[in-house]
Amino acid sequence: MSAIEIRNLSYQYPTGSEEVLHNLNLTIESGKFYALAGVNGGGKTTLCNVIRGFIPHFFKGERTGKVLIEGKDVQDWDPSDLAQKVGFVFQNPFTQISGVKETVFDEIAFGLENLGVEVDVIRQRVQDIIGLLGIGYIQDKNPNELSGGQKQRVALASIIVMEPDILIFDEPTSQLDPQGTEEIFRVIDIMKKKGKTIILVEHKIELIAEYADYVIVLQDGEIKKQGRTEEVLADEATQDFGLGLTQYTLLDLAMRKQHMHTERIPITEGDSVSVMKQWMEFQGVKA
Amino acid sequence: MSYLMLNNVTYCYPNGFKAVENVSMSFEKGESVAIVGQNGAGKTTTVKMMNGLTKPTEGDVIIDGLNTKDYTTAQISRKVGYVFQNPDDQIFHETVKSEIRFGPKNLGFSEEKIEENVMKAAELTGIVQFLDVHPYNLPYSLKKFVTIASVIAMDTDTIILDEPTAGQDSQAIGRLGVIIDALVREGKTIITITHDMEFVVNNFERVIVMANKRVVLDSHKQDVFWNHGVLEEAMLKQPHISRLCHTLNLSDKVLDINQMIDVLKKTSSMVKVTL
Repeated sequence: MSAIEIRNLSYQYPTGSEEVLHNLNLTIESGKFYALAGVNGGGKTTLCNVIRGFIPHFFKGERTGKVLIEGKDVQDWDPSDLAQKVGFVFQNPFTQISGVKETVFDEIAFGLENLGVEVDVIRQRVQDIIGLLGIGYIQDKNPNELSGGQKQRVALASIIVMEPDILIFDEPTSQLDPQGTEEIFRVIDIMKKKGKTIILVEHKIELIAEYADYVIVLQDGEIKKQGRTEEVLADEATQDFGLGLTQYTLLDLAMRKQHMHTERIPITEGDSVSVMKQWMEFQGVKA
Repeated sequence: MSYLMLNNVTYCYPNGFKAVENVSMSFEKGESVAIVGQNGAGKTTTVKMMNGLTKPTEGDVIIDGLNTKDYTTAQISRKVGYVFQNPDDQIFHETVKSEIRFGPKNLGFSEEKIEENVMKAAELTGIVQFLDVHPYNLPYSLKKFVTIASVIAMDTDTIILDEPTAGQDSQAIGRLGVIIDALVREGKTIITITHDMEFVVNNFERVIVMANKRVVLDSHKQDVFWNHGVLEEAMLKQPHISRLCHTLNLSDKVLDINQMIDVLKKTSSMVKVTL
């Protein structure tokens, strides 16, 4: 079943002089994990804004084509229904945090309060998310006193606590160290296992390779390439659209140039280990 | 005596929180150094003391013979430029050009020198075509290059980059490498905080590892990325290719793809000879 259908979508910002999205066609399947990748300025965040309905509900401008969620165009959805259907974790956590709540706990509860959820239920759900993200140690702190990385975790918590069917993450780990980044991906993976549809904007290609089902490459407002992650990321030509490949794939491609052919091009660490072991065995090298 | 020195430096925030404890490090002119470590390890607090934004609670920071305790931030900022982690903390002008002009103008450079520095910085950072644009209309990635250009235009001996790779695509990360290389060749000292280990491998030789408010290792990247004890203490991971090499039990300590290929060639030709 498709979660989102995009047909012939084009868009121009009200103050812009040219289109930032050109005639996009895209089907997002329910329960799958999609990575939006490509150079900055390619239209990734704009596309997220369209799916979340910020375009045209908040940013006006000229949008043509269709963006259907459950068969209804996002511009015809009631904004508060759409907000419950599609969660959006912003690139900049400073934008997400409301600034009106005095503790992290209350900040995370804010969205549920607005929906009129019962207090006991709110408490339980907020507590669960805090546990999941390991942020209990800051739950009584003022959100404004947090570090960039901590704010990013709180922003994420405040969205996933609402349990929307579709979750959009715009570079959710840009402020985090490698360990923090892995924790966030673990949480996103849990959301996927719960059946959520995930759309992620990310530059860390090794993590896309590890977690995403599909990759969509945007450049100059056009979809240059889309397909299963292992197809898109094992293809040398993907680099022509400004997307870097994983170190594992680049190693394999460099080996091929030296006439050291492996059986197939790996994209992840695990994949690379088994491909390399096989190659070494064939060469008579003991691993 | 080194050009820039931190001698047994401790920094304690006014609320009593100790962010850096008894840290010593020194830098020569024309050196490029990466500082790595977890969020909260004390990296940003340490570098902010290097340009006088904050003064150590204990110990001394000496820059080109000047103890930062005896000088104002404005005086020290002639020696050391600092590019903030979040570009929105740094940008406040209406055009990219006036933003970049601000630093050298404040330092009292001649109009001619200001123009020259601005153009040079804009060219190096690849933002010449945006000079008349309002910085807030630029995407995050380009804003970061505006802030880097603003600091380059001040022509300080030392430039500190705080997480320049965050949120950048692979092309921009490549450009950052080119910028660092050009500045080092001019004799400038570049100190960079980053979480991107591939970026470190590709652009730096010396790496300082911080963990729990202290320096746990200050050495060549080869020593750092193959010291599993230190990496574990600092919650860091080996670069991808090093990890692969480690998992495959290859005897050499590789850091990047080229080294890996050499090792593979060597081991497989050794096998052929024995056969």
